[in-house]
Amino acid sequence: MKLLFHIGQFGILMKRVFSKPDNHKVLFRNMLKEMDKLGLGSISIIMIITFFMGAVVAIQTALNLESPFVPDKIVGFTTRDSIILEFSSTVTAVILAGIIGSNISSEIGNMRISEQLDAMEIMGVNSAGSIILPKILALFIMMPFLVIIAMVVGISGGFFATLSVDSVSVQNYIEGLQWDFMPYKVFYSLIKSNVFAIIITSVSSYHGFFVKGGALEVGKASTRGVIYSIILILMANLFITYLMLT
Amino acid sequence: MIEVIGLNKTFGNKHVLQGIDFTINKGMCNLVIGQSGSGKSVFLKSVVGLHPVDQGQILYDGRDLTKLKHNQLKALRKEIGMVFQGGALFNSSTVEENIKYPMDVFTKWSKKEKQDRIDFCLDRVNIQNSNHLYPSEISGGMQKRVAIARAIALNPKYLFFDEPNSGLDPVTAIVIDDLIQEITKEFNITTMVITHDMNSVMEIGENIMFVYQGNKWWEGNKSMIFKTDNTELNNFVFASDLFKAIKTQVS
Ligand SMILES: Nc1ncnc2c1ncn2[C@@H]1O[C@H](COP(=O)(O)OP(=O)(O)OP(=O)(O)O)[C@@H](O)[C@H]1O
Ligand SMILES: [Mg+2]
Repeated sequence: MKLLFHIGQFGILMKRVFSKPDNHKVLFRNMLKEMDKLGLGSISIIMIITFFMGAVVAIQTALNLESPFVPDKIVGFTTRDSIILEFSSTVTAVILAGIIGSNISSEIGNMRISEQLDAMEIMGVNSAGSIILPKILALFIMMPFLVIIAMVVGISGGFFATLSVDSVSVQNYIEGLQWDFMPYKVFYSLIKSNVFAIIITSVSSYHGFFVKGGALEVGKASTRGVIYSIILILMANLFITYLMLT
Repeated sequence: MIEVIGLNKTFGNKHVLQGIDFTINKGMCNLVIGQSGSGKSVFLKSVVGLHPVDQGQILYDGRDLTKLKHNQLKALRKEIGMVFQGGALFNSSTVEENIKYPMDVFTKWSKKEKQDRIDFCLDRVNIQNSNHLYPSEISGGMQKRVAIARAIALNPKYLFFDEPNSGLDPVTAIVIDDLIQEITKEFNITTMVITHDMNSVMEIGENIMFVYQGNKWWEGNKSMIFKTDNTELNNFVFASDLFKAIKTQVS
């Protein structure tokens, strides 16, 4: 019952978000601002995380597969595929849900409780559209770039890790990277990332937008926003994987 | 002039406003007073159209807000200025950008025209040299004044204030009250102020409605308010020892 209510309310909000914008120029300007804040602002953290993940995946694969029957290039191959398929998009999205998602819901929640959203509505401005839409569009556009960066950095993380592992040579790693490469997998990951971007921004906006009360409720709402975003990301991941890879 | 007729508002099964009639006169400060939870803010938000109402008419010089079409409503909104309880300034914009916001929404003025109007409004509320500060960088009293400047940016016919001096010290509160009154008279605006501050009532109460549990319980002006025999209003007015003392002094 409660779930149905939330789905309905979410639907109504999204209808307002995607209704015709009052002013395209302002929308575009705000979108650029959000692209800077949400997108460029996340690059460094994504690079740090994926670099270490790539390194760990490479080392673990190398340690677990020291068998004469497994070709040495398996390390590069496995690292590449796990980075491209999951780490660059899904894991990055889960992390961004925590960072960007909580930022979005607390920003919007604060605007709600301090009546800034009402102040817009009273001037006839569609507050949902002018605040939320730029965020959704911004992350939707930026997310694939973030994912590509994550792929490159993750794979280089693996590369640097192989330098420290005796059992795999750099030569093997690079050969593995090129082995049986399917560009479709990159495409799959980028599509996923677009979906995740919409989930993160819309779900956390939703939780901020309907806050009632004070600062405490804003905090609770942003936690809820993160939890729901992550759950939905993982569900969407499963769904898209069925759809695109099976 | 705004005439509110038979205003009813419910949230779920909670009947918050139970048929309120109130006339908000032009060129004067019309006050709505009452205890916390009596429905003052809901009344205000219904009158300005932020809450859809269940029943009743809200006539802005004859135009019923509840029946207006989209573009008529937009035209009316341009004539409305509102100062929210906490000021509701946009945190991520400077003082100047806040005041410019309604101009961007409603007008096609040139940069120069907008700047002139910003300067006029800021000057009118006595703020200098703060154009490029953010709301978090100015005091609460200044935030209220900037909010007033934003509300009068487009020369409104109707001005609304939700507890304009909550959270302010008594001196600043009077400055704000006087500013509200001056602006109302100067530009001949239809002004409504929500408050539970008896000092404001004494300062600017020309036409007062006392709301009790979602009903209009009493209506009058500040000189009548001390002579009333309405029990609930008496309890409200003479809640503080200060006003009790004034009453014994007078009688
Ligand atoms: N959005 C809402 N949903 C449900 N109930 C609400 C809503 N807004 C207000 N109420 C209820 O309506 C009643 C009147 O609230 P209102 O905010 O108008 O009081 P108030 O007179 O402004 O009080 P205060 O002086 O504390 O601001 C309260 O019981 C409140 O719980
Ligand atoms: Mg209130």
